Formats: sequence, C-alpha cells, structure tokens
Amino acid sequence: MSNQKNTELELKEDPRYKQCNREALWGLALGVANLVWWFAWGYGLGNKPPEEYTYILGFPSWFFMSCIAGAILFSLLAIAVVTFFFKDMPLEADEKYREQKEN
Amino acid sequence: MGQAKVDVLIPLILYFLFVYFLGFYSLKFVSRARQTKGKNFLVEYLIGGRSLGGFVLAMTLVATYLSAGSFIGGPGAAYTYGLAWVYLAMTQMPTGYFTLAVLGKKFAIIARKINAVTMTDFLKERYENKLVIILCSLSIVFFFTASMAAQWIGAARLLEGSVGLSYTTALTFFGVTVLVYTTIGGYRAVALTDTLQGVVMTVGTAAVIIAAIIVGGGVSNLVNGLYAIHPGLISPYGVDPQFTSAAWVTSYWILVGFAIVGLPQVAVRAMSYRDSKSLKEAIIYGTIVSMVLLLGMHLLGAFGRVLIPGIEAGDLVVPTIITSLFPNWAAGIILAGPLAAVMSTVDSQLLLAVGAIVNDIYVNLINPRIKKTASLAFAASVFLGIIIFIVAYNPPPLMVWLNLYAHGGTIATFLWPIILGLYWKKANAQGALASIITGIGSYMLFHNFWPRPLGMHTIVLPLIISLATFVIVSLFTPGPSKKIIERFWGP
Repeated sequence: MSNQKNTELELKEDPRYKQCNREALWGLALGVANLVWWFAWGYGLGNKPPEEYTYILGFPSWFFMSCIAGAILFSLLAIAVVTFFFKDMPLEADEKYREQKEN
Repeated sequence: MGQAKVDVLIPLILYFLFVYFLGFYSLKFVSRARQTKGKNFLVEYLIGGRSLGGFVLAMTLVATYLSAGSFIGGPGAAYTYGLAWVYLAMTQMPTGYFTLAVLGKKFAIIARKINAVTMTDFLKERYENKLVIILCSLSIVFFFTASMAAQWIGAARLLEGSVGLSYTTALTFFGVTVLVYTTIGGYRAVALTDTLQGVVMTVGTAAVIIAAIIVGGGVSNLVNGLYAIHPGLISPYGVDPQFTSAAWVTSYWILVGFAIVGLPQVAVRAMSYRDSKSLKEAIIYGTIVSMVLLLGMHLLGAFGRVLIPGIEAGDLVVPTIITSLFPNWAAGIILAGPLAAVMSTVDSQLLLAVGAIVNDIYVNLINPRIKKTASLAFAASVFLGIIIFIVAYNPPPLMVWLNLYAHGGTIATFLWPIILGLYWKKANAQGALASIITGIGSYMLFHNFWPRPLGMHTIVLPLIISLATFVIVSLFTPGPSKKIIERFWGP
C-alpha cells in the first residue's frame, strides 16, 4: 500500500524545481547565518557592563559588529549568492505540455 | 497645534499630487485590461499583469513590509530603549533576500501554471477545500481592516502633529488619496507609488541620519551622550533587561524576520515579477534599501534622545526631530517618508482585501462566471474605504481588539499553508485547516494567558504548534489527489 503510494508520488517533476529548491535553501542558509552572526557579536561583546565596552568608529563594538558590519556583510553575501548561485530560467508554464495533456 | 504650517504643507501636497498622477497613469493599463473579460482583468488589477521589474519589485516589497511601525513606532521605542531597540530592529534585515529567495522562482512558476492572482487562489488550487478559502479570505478581510484603520489613525496623527491640520481634515486628506489611487490603478498603481515612496523614504532617511550625526557632533559624542543619560542605552539589554531580554529580542527574528513570508501582502509580490532577472535584481536592491532604512530610522530614534531630550509620546519622536533639524520646506519633503511608509502598507492591504472579497469569495465561491469583475472590484474598494474611514474616525472596541491580533493572526493563518504547500507534497487540506485553526487559536490564547512563553515573543510557540499539527494531521490523513500533485509538480 505505502509502496504503491510512493511510486504514485514519483511522477516526473518539472525540471526547473531542482534549481528552485537549491535557491530556496541558499536563502534559508543566508538567513540562519545572519541570525548567528547577529547573535554571536551582539551578545558576545555586549554581555558585560557598559563601562567596559570598546568602540569602533564611535559605536560600541558589539553594535558595530552585529548591526553595521553584519548588515554590510550580509548585503554583500546576498549579492554574491544571487550572482553566482541563482540561475536564469523561464518562469512561464510550458504551453506545449499543457496542450498535449488536453488533447 | 491649531494653525496649519503652510510651508510644511506645500511640499506634502505636491507629493500627494504626484501620487495621484501615478494612479491615473496606471488607470490606462487597467482600462485596457477592462476590455477583456473575467480573470484577465484581475491579473492586471491584482498583480499588475505579472510584469514588475527588479527595482519596482524590491521597492514595493520593502515599502510594504516596513510599515508605520518601522518609521514611527520603532524609532520611538529606540528613543526610549536606546541601541537595544536598533539591535532588535535589525532582525528585519533578512526580509529583503529571505522572502524572495525562499518563495523564489518555484512560487512564481506555480502561480503562472495555475493562473493565481491572490494568495487564496494559490491555496485554493493546492488544497481544493472551501473551508480553507473561507478562513483565509475572512482572515484577510477582518485582520486587514483592523490594521489598516490603525495605520490610518497613525498617519492622520502624524499630519496633525507636524503640519497642524485638524484630525478630521488629515484623515480625509490621507484616506481619500490612498483610496483613489488604489481603486483606479490597482496593483500597478500600488507598486509604482510604493517605488516613489521607497525612494522618498530612502533618500529622506539618509538625509536625516547624516544631519543628526553632524548636529550631534559625531557618533562618539552621541554615544557618550546616551551613556551619560543611562548606561543601558548603549547595551543590547537596554534600560530594562527584564523587558528587552535576549530570548525576547532574538525571537523577533521569527516575528519580523523569517515569518514575514507568511504575510499575504508580502508573499503576493513574489508572484508579480516579470522574469528571473527581476528576482535577482530585487534581492540586491531590496537588501540594500532595507539596511539603509532600518539602520537609519532606528539610529535616528536612539540618537534623538541626546539631540532633543524630553519628548513624551513615542509617536512624536520622528516628526519632532525632523522639524527641528530641517527648515520647514525640507521637513515637509522628509516627512513624506513616514507617510509614504504608511501609505505603501495600507494600499497593498486594501488591494488584498478587495481581492479577497472579489476574487476569493465572489468569483471562487459564489459566481465563477461573472463577467463584470471590474465594477465589482471598484465597488468593493470604495465600500472598504468607507468602512475603514468610519472605523478610524471613531474606533469601535471590536476593531481595537482585532488589531491586537492582526499581525500574528495573519502570519498564523498563512505561513505554513504557503510554505508546506509549496515544498511538501504530502501537505493536504486537513493539515492546512488544522494548522490555521490551532495557529490562530493558540496565538489568541497565549496572547491572553502566557504572553511571553519561555521568555520569547507570543508568536513563536503558536507557530511551532501549528507546524506540528499540520505535519501530524497530513501524515495521518490521505495525501492530496494525483491531479493536484501533477498540476503543481508536474512539468
């Protein structure tokens, strides 16, 4: 029964989806990495009395690293990811296939 | 306030006129689509004929998810809690790339395959269940009406406080503008005005924060000033470590960072772009613009504490700083930024609520053969506009109550049905229904009885509960029909 179900589910997939799924995972990975960076610098350096803070360009180091450097770094990473790992593809539904099915 | 300040008002009026112009420009496309009958009209009216380029897509996305909260409430909170609130605001940073990458091209491809023009369209084809459509449409109509009314009130107060118009005049001025350009121009007008508004917000924000730093004698000086007022103002734990605790602040990554994918007004943008190049450009522009806006506006709020101490109401922080840093005519231009933030959120919500009434409820459930979708759409948006105006003029308790749940409730309704529907073949209607009901239900319960479960924001646990329910129910009930799987996954 469950085997039969599995073969039913194994239909031929739209070939574009493999790349689409990969791109979605890139987005997810970037988001999680961004969270880790933000958390590690923010609470890593900020977790002491303000009297002991060090400063970068006038900002407390925890803030500079997590919010300013982090924002710039992840903007650059987002640009790198879409430039190198996102592929151009047509988004239109395949008309030929649809016509075949309807006939 | 009393007397209207004419020199602040003039740039604002010019700005509003330009917004009207964009509405009438889009009307051309809408009228052309009106010649064709039925669904074609809705494709133009509700998602701009799937033709947005990268820059417009980025701007309309960013402008839509950054609402009055980010421009008025957020900086106001940063004024009170210091850098901790700027830190919290940066949890929205990933939205620019995250939403577009995660929904991605797959969502755009499927939307074209099934010719979806609203989120509910997508859910209808994916789950083939009337109850799912009804719940989703009602959730949009009710939650959005409440949150739109709240935002109209915010915009009217901003105009009242900075320009000196009376509340009623300000509300009318603002409401009529949004209603006119959204009604006549549809999604294209919304996207184009969002782009104008996004540019105004970005340039305005950059100008204001640079001016603030110069007036304050540099960053070091301002940070020292904050430290002198209260050392907590420069710590990630804020002035009240109980309130801005690590667990609570971090859980904002869920509320305003990742779960934004589940907001229909954001997700619907991911089906409106032209091609894969637009997506790529939108991710780049969107990320950079969100960085400038989020950092700029919230830092302004925090530094404002040193520049102009003693502002009592949080809502007045931004207008007060702007009017005191700039000559009146320039203040008028920059004030258009926060107003634009409100307008660009409200217009998308208005359009989606119209979509929910016309497309999701009327066309899908009542009369699929209707020809005159155009007249119905215009009528629905005028009707909604009047309701919102009445609500904003004198908010009834029901609306105040609904607005408490608006953001979380919308996310709880849509997040998992969208994501699992897109990426998990076994997700089925029973699972979606169970997830919507447990999501909204547990969110309301937690909100009243355990607002900070495990120290986190209320939204986190209900989202986990509704995800678990969705998965378990889907596994124990029959999977979706072969027809659905073929339609969504087949070549």
